Amino acid sequence: MFVDVVIILVKAGLVLFALLNLGGFLTWAERKQSAVMQDRIGPNRANIGKFTLLGLLHPVADGIKMITKEDFIPEGAHRALHTLAPAAALFPALVIFAVIPFGPTVHLFGRDIPLQVANLNVGIVYIFAVSSLAVYGTMLAGWASNNNYSLLGGLRASSQMISYELSIGLSILGILLIYESAQLDVIVHKQGELLWGFLPQWGILFQPLAFFLFVGAALAENKRVPFDLPEGESEIIGYFVEYSSMKFGMFFLAEFVEMVIVSGLTVTLFFGGWQFPYLQATGFVWPFGWGTLALPHWLVVLIQVGTFGLKVLVGCWLLLVIRWSLPRFRYDQIMHLGWKVWFELALVNLLITAVVVLLVT
Amino acid sequence: MEAFLFWLFSIVGVACGAMVIWNRNPMGSAVYLVTTMLCLAGLYALLSGAFVAALQVLIYAGAVMVLILFVIMMLNVRQEVVPREGSLPAWIIAGVLGLIVVVNLAVLFRHGDSPTVAEDFGSIEGVGAQLFATYVLPFELISVLLLIAVIGAVVLAKRRAP
Repeated sequence: MFVDVVIILVKAGLVLFALLNLGGFLTWAERKQSAVMQDRIGPNRANIGKFTLLGLLHPVADGIKMITKEDFIPEGAHRALHTLAPAAALFPALVIFAVIPFGPTVHLFGRDIPLQVANLNVGIVYIFAVSSLAVYGTMLAGWASNNNYSLLGGLRASSQMISYELSIGLSILGILLIYESAQLDVIVHKQGELLWGFLPQWGILFQPLAFFLFVGAALAENKRVPFDLPEGESEIIGYFVEYSSMKFGMFFLAEFVEMVIVSGLTVTLFFGGWQFPYLQATGFVWPFGWGTLALPHWLVVLIQVGTFGLKVLVGCWLLLVIRWSLPRFRYDQIMHLGWKVWFELALVNLLITAVVVLLVT
Repeated sequence: MEAFLFWLFSIVGVACGAMVIWNRNPMGSAVYLVTTMLCLAGLYALLSGAFVAALQVLIYAGAVMVLILFVIMMLNVRQEVVPREGSLPAWIIAGVLGLIVVVNLAVLFRHGDSPTVAEDFGSIEGVGAQLFATYVLPFELISVLLLIAVIGAVVLAKRRAP
């Protein structure tokens, strides 16, 4: 009993640690990536003595700066809700990762430890439920600041988030139909099976349209370019205009943690999660009867956890490239796209998937 | 552990429910109501209704309350213009009705053992099997009702002002 609690706490701590640090790391990666794409050098000034570590000290410096800055609450603002809003924005981002498996089951000291914080029967529905709470941070921030611009920004942002929530849900449902489970570890296990003896059954193979719909809708939910009107850093005033110091930092961090989550979910649902092609629990089993390569248990686990991490990082990198490649939509275009194109495509995709699954089984 | 969580969710839920009524600020009331919904979801989860708990968060906290918050933001109701409602007779009638409900519930809970549940109770498969086999008629009727509501909303929204 006691050991179980400790194991769960350690797993939760590890996931939170990785998530927050990856979020901080991404603020650096975003700047470096934009610098590379715009032929600049990017952050390179923060240093300890002679060491700049390619600008990697910038996230640290940013953190120190945000924590030590003056925390300002505007006059007439609702103090409690103004303080609650950043927490409400960060909370869903931090708890969603609990159901994402980041590795196989580990056999350690006679115990079976699944590398997943919470293996819920309702895994995917839990993700929908928690991500539907993300809109509160935006709404409360817009309303509680006692500023008309941030109120309008909050309304804009929340209507955008609500519009794309539906498409996210509908695009994932196809995956649920194919793998016949809402449990994410079952979905990952089934993606390790082979189609026609050589093709890993990754989600993107069966649901390519759903993949694009999911990533697009997740970008809109995450409020990043090309859907970044709610924030619109330079020209439109957004919902968190009245926030300063670490409260602003929390909105900022939430955005980057959400990127990790979007990447992690995409990998889990569409790219086989921690599965490495042809790597079974005992080692490599090559297709076409080319023999096997037995590996010790710890090495298999290491490869699979590493594979998951690498896939997530590549996903984050792709999100960064999208961010710095595309121009921004106009607001009415976003709403039109969400309700009249994305939503319908997701419905059609779900219908076709359901019919095909019914015919095949 | 379960008892602790039960008392945590119930006390916070009831306290926030009371604060929904007492709070003079519509936005504050809405946030308290969200907290109550989340506590209810926690109670459902303790009663091995994981799927219902997730749906409670998804639909009530994530959709219904978001729309209510939306309306509050759109109208931007100020504290001073909210009328003070309720008179003494109304308070007495409400109090008596509430007391009857509480007493009846107490009587109900003193009878019988707590029911045992099937293995798949509360899981997605269990709820789905119940919904589409045992309760398929109410399920379909509710979907028709929702469809009527949607059509009604569209008709009202499309009506041009004369």
